Amino acid sequence: MNTAPHIEIRDLTMAYGEFVIQRDLNFVVNKGDIFVIMGGNGCGKTTLMRALIGLQRPAKGTVFYGGEDFWGVEPEEQERLKRRLGIMFQGGALWSSLTLAENVALPLKEYTALSPRRIAEIVSFKLALVGLAGFEEFYPAELSGGMKKRAGLARAMALDPDILVIDEPSSGLDPLTARRLDDLILELRDSLETTIVVITHELASILGIGTNSVYLDTETHTMINTGNPKEAVASGDPRVRHFLTRGTA
Amino acid sequence: MMMVGYSAVRLFTIARNITIANGADVALTRPHNSGVKQWQLDTRRIGDDLLELSCAGHWCLDQDLPAAGAVLAEQGDGFRGLSFNTAQLSAWDTGFLAFLRALFALCAERGLSIDQEGLPKGVRHLLAMADAVPEQKVAKRGSGKQTLLFQVGAATVEFFRGAPAMLFFLGEITLSFGRLFRGRARFRLSDLWWEIEEVGPRALIIVSVISFLVGLILAYLGADQLRLVGAQIFIADLVAIGMVREVGALMTGIIIAGRTGAAFAAQLGTMQVNEEIDAFKTLGISPVDFLVLPRMLALMLMVPLLTLYAGFVGMFAGMLVSTTIFDIGMFEYYTETLRALELKHFLVGLSKGSVYGAMVAYAGCLRGMQCGRSAESVGEAATSAVVTGILLITIAASIMTIIFYRLGI
Repeated sequence: MNTAPHIEIRDLTMAYGEFVIQRDLNFVVNKGDIFVIMGGNGCGKTTLMRALIGLQRPAKGTVFYGGEDFWGVEPEEQERLKRRLGIMFQGGALWSSLTLAENVALPLKEYTALSPRRIAEIVSFKLALVGLAGFEEFYPAELSGGMKKRAGLARAMALDPDILVIDEPSSGLDPLTARRLDDLILELRDSLETTIVVITHELASILGIGTNSVYLDTETHTMINTGNPKEAVASGDPRVRHFLTRGTA
Repeated sequence: MMMVGYSAVRLFTIARNITIANGADVALTRPHNSGVKQWQLDTRRIGDDLLELSCAGHWCLDQDLPAAGAVLAEQGDGFRGLSFNTAQLSAWDTGFLAFLRALFALCAERGLSIDQEGLPKGVRHLLAMADAVPEQKVAKRGSGKQTLLFQVGAATVEFFRGAPAMLFFLGEITLSFGRLFRGRARFRLSDLWWEIEEVGPRALIIVSVISFLVGLILAYLGADQLRLVGAQIFIADLVAIGMVREVGALMTGIIIAGRTGAAFAAQLGTMQVNEEIDAFKTLGISPVDFLVLPRMLALMLMVPLLTLYAGFVGMFAGMLVSTTIFDIGMFEYYTETLRALELKHFLVGLSKGSVYGAMVAYAGCLRGMQCGRSAESVGEAATSAVVTGILLITIAASIMTIIFYRLGI
């Protein structure tokens, strides 16, 4: 039995040329975690996400998925590991020439042998889960920003990924929709045992659904706190408490 | 077995293992699904009204799960509700959820009641979440195919609807030039210089290559015919007048349409997507002044110069071919070229270059400003800019040729 951590970030340093964004990151994401990557604007949350999902090679260090070194294996192996991930980008990143249904169906068509009728049922279900039932034939350009974001989540969930990486799920959503999305994330974790990695600075989401977290500091360019964000509010690093209490602590 | 004293029991076939595209196994996304890949569905009647579905095994995406319609069709009409038994269900994922959702939709159509108590809690929660936001009935789109006649008609109507927009944009540009001459147009000189550099010096290499080759072709073409009457020396006249008066401007116009017109449309189109043009409007700054005017000016200034340059490169190519292949002396060729060329040829070429430059800038900026809000529409704008630019150049070339002929220039 594989006892390696679900995701492990080891000695990771992210940089653009000489400019170091974050250095010496070391943390573990356990199976079933709702892991929050948090920090102020420009701290490198999205850059870290790009390293996690294989879009940007780190300057140093690596990421392990189930004990397999993502940045140390051949590209074919990387592709195999990537299929364990579902990614929701900040703006949805929907393909503009495809309808919502086609956007969600594409991964299913590429990586499964399901019949078109079954794919249509799954697409309909995924869109309904994110509150977009009936919008199958719409093109992304016809949707609002929040709807695009939710459709992006439906596409990320298409293949029931083992790990769901979500960039800023709640920003730009109305409070009720944001709450619904948080509930959905919790349910995906509970029902389908999906591990969720959320990149956010929305306090309601961090404290509402996060079970584990890392705080990336803008000034020191490294992590300064890990663990349950609720505990961080009570007894974490002062800078993290300051952040999680909107500067009141 | 669970069928004691009850009616039909249907045992569906064991699902086959499915080969997944690219050798990937979807079960990889669900580690707990590893093991025996099979699903099983038993049905039994409970009393007269209820049909119980017993789902066992793996109900996952990597299985060839049954169609909801087929399951109900097998059972006929002798029941009023469905219940579930999932005690033997070992794994499930979206495949099971999609099956149940399709089944529930069919039950709703037939007026059958559903008792979800026997389903796992997670399944019930996710199904409830999917139904929490009602389907947008008004949002449904018809996907019916349109006839060819309809499409032709729609395209024609669209074309005529587009014509006023083109005129409107032309009017806006005219007003903008009016503001420029009165010193009231607001744009940055640095933008104008940047555009001039972009459309002029940076286009020299491609203009050189194309003009050289066109000059070479003209020389060969002339030599082939003029040799028949022993008048090869007139290759110089053909190349000089052809390049300076007509071909130089035309080739430069087409190169610029493909290179710069498309770039203008893509730049302005992307600005539309990013709402940058809306931001100009809200600040009370005319986007035509700020964005279109520098581009128009840059092309109207640079294309005549490029045309002139293209003419000289073409004449040089003609001279090279004539002296090396057709045994015409270099001085002889030079003298003949000077004799053939008049100032009016240069003026015609330069005026055509200016008009072509304006046409390309107009087409590029028009399509960019008309661009939609998606990446796809940026591509369409760039394509349309090139097509419109070349079409306008061709129309302008025809009209100007006729006018110059009538005027005897």
